[in-house]
Amino acid sequence: MRSKISILSIFLIFASILFIACGGQGGTPTASTGGTSQSPSPSPAASAQPTQSANQGSSAGENKLEIFSWWTNPGEADGLKALFEIFKKRRPGVEVINATVAGGAGTNAKAVLVTRMRGGDPPDSFQVHAGQELIGTWVVAGKMEPITDLFKQEGWDKVMPKTLLDQITYKGEIYSVPVNIHRSNMLWYNIEIFKKNNLQPPKTIDDFFKVAEKLKAKGITPLSVGGKDKFEVPHLFESVLLATFGPEDYPKLFKDPSMWENDPRLDKAIDTLNKMLDYANEDRASLSWADAAQRVIDGEAAMTIMGDWAEGYFINKGAKPNKDFGWAPAPGTSGSFLWLSDSFGLPKGAPHRENAIEWLKVCGSKEGQDAFNPKKGSIPARTDADKSKYDVYLRWSIDEFKRDKLVPSIVHGAAANEAYMTDYDNALNLFSANRDKEELKGMLLDAASELQSQ
Amino acid sequence: MAEATTSVVEKSAERAAPKKSLQLNEKLIGILMISPSVIAIAVFVYGFIAWTGWVSLSRWRGIVADLSYAGFENYINVFKSYRFQTDIRNTIVFTLFFLLGSLVIGLLLAMLVDSRVKGESFFRTVYLFPMALSFVVTGTAWQWLFSPGTPQEPHGLNQLFHMFGLHVYQNWSTTSYVWPGGGWRPDWLRIPVGIPVAMIPVIVAAIWQMSGFTMAMYLAGLRGIPEDLKEAARVDGASEWQIFRKITLPLLQPITLSAVIVLGHISLKIFDLIITQTGGGPGFATDVPGIYMYETTFKSNKYAEGAAVAIIMLLLVSVLIIPYLIYNMRSETER
Repeated sequence: MRSKISILSIFLIFASILFIACGGQGGTPTASTGGTSQSPSPSPAASAQPTQSANQGSSAGENKLEIFSWWTNPGEADGLKALFEIFKKRRPGVEVINATVAGGAGTNAKAVLVTRMRGGDPPDSFQVHAGQELIGTWVVAGKMEPITDLFKQEGWDKVMPKTLLDQITYKGEIYSVPVNIHRSNMLWYNIEIFKKNNLQPPKTIDDFFKVAEKLKAKGITPLSVGGKDKFEVPHLFESVLLATFGPEDYPKLFKDPSMWENDPRLDKAIDTLNKMLDYANEDRASLSWADAAQRVIDGEAAMTIMGDWAEGYFINKGAKPNKDFGWAPAPGTSGSFLWLSDSFGLPKGAPHRENAIEWLKVCGSKEGQDAFNPKKGSIPARTDADKSKYDVYLRWSIDEFKRDKLVPSIVHGAAANEAYMTDYDNALNLFSANRDKEELKGMLLDAASELQSQ
Repeated sequence: MAEATTSVVEKSAERAAPKKSLQLNEKLIGILMISPSVIAIAVFVYGFIAWTGWVSLSRWRGIVADLSYAGFENYINVFKSYRFQTDIRNTIVFTLFFLLGSLVIGLLLAMLVDSRVKGESFFRTVYLFPMALSFVVTGTAWQWLFSPGTPQEPHGLNQLFHMFGLHVYQNWSTTSYVWPGGGWRPDWLRIPVGIPVAMIPVIVAAIWQMSGFTMAMYLAGLRGIPEDLKEAARVDGASEWQIFRKITLPLLQPITLSAVIVLGHISLKIFDLIITQTGGGPGFATDVPGIYMYETTFKSNKYAEGAAVAIIMLLLVSVLIIPYLIYNMRSETER
């Protein structure tokens, strides 16, 4: 009798384990790598697979939109909300799910996204840097639908600069809608310090060293550089590369890996970086880019080279543009615009494909971009922005964007894929610490082997 | 003697119920009882270890799995890389100093607490508290403490020194200096050999957290040493130091061994403390294989290479654990 009870209890344990394991499946969507939503899509966007998986995600039947991003900071979160509002006006009754994963620069978000995409549970759309980060990770893996037809249908190919569109095209197709544009090659300086020392913002690399020499003699740190976020020195180097190679040859670095081995200008760029770091603060490794920028407005350092999200930071801290801080293109890069862009694409198997496409339309619309960008502190990818909505720096940037030569940023996912970016970042962070030029050159050459042919 | 006991049980079992089917039943029930755990561990631990080993021999880089066989290519690439060689050097430095520091400080604290001062349990609790924190909290707090600031505006510990008028300014966490300097390295390595100074803050934080654990272990051990042994030694004219060296320490050996195993295997796998405190340090000066594996797999999407690093870490830990297990099993059978 006792053994019978024991056997019964064991079977119950087994049964309950199986029940829990299988019952959980109802909540988690299972593999449906090719399935699309039920109704035929009115958009001419191509490659709609007609199969409908029976056990798609539990949210598939309901009217929802899940947007995946890492926009959790104030400013960007507000901008995202503004886009949601516009979407809700166009499609009332759709529940918008703001699926964010906190963690700056999206390292956590990207890891979560990989898990979901491989598991066949893609969000309806996700934030991704336009350019090679999207192409090298998701498009070559066959996880994204091309939306070139959507571009033509909405007329975006007429209002977005052609160079930009070329740089986000892969094998003739475009896979994401750029929502915003940030500029990487910007120099920010403390106006007080420059006035007191009779200095002008440097236009060329030689000017930069002249100005830096004068400042160093006065005991002011000429260049404030961070290092804690592991992208600050890589960010500085891409402006140096652009200044050394020029806007025509700089993009070639990512199409022709042999340039990293043979081109003598690379040595020149490394020497320039080395010299610049001589004029920078020694405690780089313990400062984030924001701490480094803070030193500029505090008057402890004169200049910093950082993307134009620094402007948003300065404004947030109460500094006044053209009074407390000024800006100029990074030395030697005037006339070139090192762009990076946050964009949204259409993953294959998006559970609510129609809503996702409507979302993309909102992202690419004038209304959407002019609602999002002033809050985020960036400029629209469209060239027909309503400038009255933007502050003095952004208005200047919008004009620059229209006339400058556009080149893709390495550090922020436009020029090269993730594997290359990690190697490039590691090489430069190591150089910032040990200043070994040979080691840097070797590591950059190794990194170049990650560049995929486009 | 064992046989006698069994036959008694058997005879009583005989009297209670039919012998064979009851024993079989009990064995069967026993097996069934543990089978869920065994199956779960077999699949989720050993199965996945085998899968990782297989992936490490493949060519998988990128989102789309490419499981074609690539031999030991990944392992060779990993061993040749600057970053991995730094990781090994850093792990050796960290393990050595962390173990030494934790054991010595743990023993000291145990001896102090053992001397039956007033408020003994209060001190015991205080010393044990850091272990209750997660490594993430420790890493973040100690990062702030060791953050140097500038000589004009010191932060953290430097600020403390400044307040007390001490002219000490440490900037260990911002320099990739390897002691002794000169960057000496043998030809077959790419990295300078020595102690990266940036490891010091990490080692201090780890010792602070785990010395309470060794203290607790040693305390139990010290209390287990019979007092009459020491009395006998004193009667024979031994000094306290001789008693400590010849009686106490040898009797604490098994505890030291256990502590070494536990702390050693923590330090070989350490990840969260380092990534929150230094993120891998200025130019890989505090990088460890755990971080390398995480970044290779989840940032660069190079799954095969990450799997290779994971298997190497597994082998490192088994070098430590397997001799211990064998020693343990042998001493049990001896008893």
